[in-house]
Amino acid sequence: MSPASVFVCLSLTLLSDYPVIRVKPDNSGVVTDGVKHSMNPFCEIAVEEAVKLKEKKFIKEVVAVSCGPTQVTETIRTALAMGCDRGIHVEVSGKDYEAMGPLQIAKIFAALAKKEEASLVILGKQAIDDDCNQTGQMTAALLDWPQGTFASEVTIDGEKVKVVREIDGGLETIKISMPAVLTADLRLNTPRYATLPNIMKAKKKKIANMKPADLGVDMVSRVEVLRVDEPPTRLAGVKVETVDDLVAKLKANGTI
Amino acid sequence: PFTEEWLPSGHSTINGCRSLSSLAELPEMHQMMRQTCRDYADRELGPIAGKLDKEHLFPAQQVRELGAMGVMAIEVPEALGGAGMDYLAYSLAVEEISRGCGSTGCVVSVNNSLYIGPILKFGTQKQKEQWITPFTTGEKVGCFALSEPGNGSDAGAASTLARQEGEEWVLNGTKAWITNSWDASATVIFATTDKSLKHKGISAFLVPMPHPGLSLGKKEDKLGIRATSTANLILEDCRIPLGNMLGSRGSGFKIAMQTLDSGRIGIASQALGIAQAALDCAADYAHKRTAFGAPIGKLQAVQFKLADMAVAVESARLLTWKAAMLKDAKKPFTKEAAMAKLAASEAATFCGHQSIQVLGGMGYVTDMPAERHYRDARITEIYEGTSEIQRLVIAGQLLKEYAS
Repeated sequence: MSPASVFVCLSLTLLSDYPVIRVKPDNSGVVTDGVKHSMNPFCEIAVEEAVKLKEKKFIKEVVAVSCGPTQVTETIRTALAMGCDRGIHVEVSGKDYEAMGPLQIAKIFAALAKKEEASLVILGKQAIDDDCNQTGQMTAALLDWPQGTFASEVTIDGEKVKVVREIDGGLETIKISMPAVLTADLRLNTPRYATLPNIMKAKKKKIANMKPADLGVDMVSRVEVLRVDEPPTRLAGVKVETVDDLVAKLKANGTI
Repeated sequence: PFTEEWLPSGHSTINGCRSLSSLAELPEMHQMMRQTCRDYADRELGPIAGKLDKEHLFPAQQVRELGAMGVMAIEVPEALGGAGMDYLAYSLAVEEISRGCGSTGCVVSVNNSLYIGPILKFGTQKQKEQWITPFTTGEKVGCFALSEPGNGSDAGAASTLARQEGEEWVLNGTKAWITNSWDASATVIFATTDKSLKHKGISAFLVPMPHPGLSLGKKEDKLGIRATSTANLILEDCRIPLGNMLGSRGSGFKIAMQTLDSGRIGIASQALGIAQAALDCAADYAHKRTAFGAPIGKLQAVQFKLADMAVAVESARLLTWKAAMLKDAKKPFTKEAAMAKLAASEAATFCGHQSIQVLGGMGYVTDMPAERHYRDARITEIYEGTSEIQRLVIAGQLLKEYAS
């Protein structure tokens, strides 16, 4: 039985090369108003992989999902323009959105994957604004599904998925049964540009709307952010003339 | 007299075309399309534009990739292989591509407006399938041959001749300044079929390239848009089937003028892209370069320049969008297109000039792109109707409106 639907779970993040990210004056977080947001780069790679699997006819349908305020529909629309078939927007806004973290998102994705009987859930390995690297793993645990994280190569083999993972020691190849959760790493593929005809087609594709409550998910955060600070300003260094001077200075300030 | 109506979409129209208030935010599809072109320009064109310019390299691979994205045939219906979008989308695409590389923007504009444009408007279904579809993918590009060594602005004086011999047309003459010539696989070319009828005796033809009897002159060594090839087309008893006439006999001048009307919006968009790139370069430099103890962006002399550049670009952009929207609404747009081309090309040369000034010595060397923008901008005031011709067109339309 070939897999039916693949869920690609997207994250909307702060643009990483934006000139300045500022900490809010009350140290409760970073300023997001007026900062350009876009689809998380690792999520783009996840979308590309899902669309590729569909083009190779391993799967029938790709659903793009995202949680957040109205703005995330743009992200879903971009995924549709890249080739996903339909989208689901789980509306989370205001205080709930500010407090939303990997656990809440994983609960939502897990509930949706079960409800829609997904065979594969593909996510980016981490969001580039918070660098949590938790959502994929938590989703797999909540579903009690096997996981193939940091994927740099994905091959579907009947009812199983072969995943080559990028790990500290090199590359690890595992074989896991479907349904499964995968997270995309940088070298998995190069995402395509949305073509103009596909942007036109995306207009007609459906994006369903729902709330976390519809899925029975509580959005209460178990984590409280105490404080956000900028990294300490880099202090001026001291130039020394010789290696002996360097060793003397390091000894003097107790480093060695 | 203005008649305002409100549409269900929430947009209002004045005299039938979408009012300027909707220009404050483009429709979602247009925003997405603009973003994808911007991403492509930033990632794929920006890094190589300097090399393409220095080595006079035609961006063949990029043109193929743009073709795959649908950018080489934006207005062409999907059934013929195009993207099926409107002229506003086309304008946005050309601007973003040109911002990455002025030459590539030119190739996109010529293929869309000057080559595909007239065939889409005046061709038979068979001609469209034969001469448009293969040119939508980026594998092949076309060109437009109107100007001659003896006449540019004076387009009615076409001295290239076409005579009928049996089942063929035989073309003789020389065309000058043809963009894309060395890289094209076909041309829309204008020749006199009835000299006695003067400009009403000019007809349009479709000629494949290469073709016996058609040869290319030497590639011109240009100041700017150096990645495009510009050369003469020399026709010596060039024979083509009768079916290769585009439109009816004697309608060539009308076809050329209508094609250039639309082409003007394309060139205006190219000029906007170059102007914006020049502005981006200057503004970025103003943040980073310090003099007199602070970034030079703090100096009023620099601020005034940047402000003037921004106003020039934004006002030309709104004129360009308006012209495109009028065309999409099937309203007359000749005056607005000429205004757009005039404003945008003068904005481009202005911004190119001021950008070098803001950069100072750095603006004069090839390490920074400012000098390339300055050189690329210059042609936009000349081709597809000089600034002088644009003024004549605008004045002509204006005076007609005031005629009692």
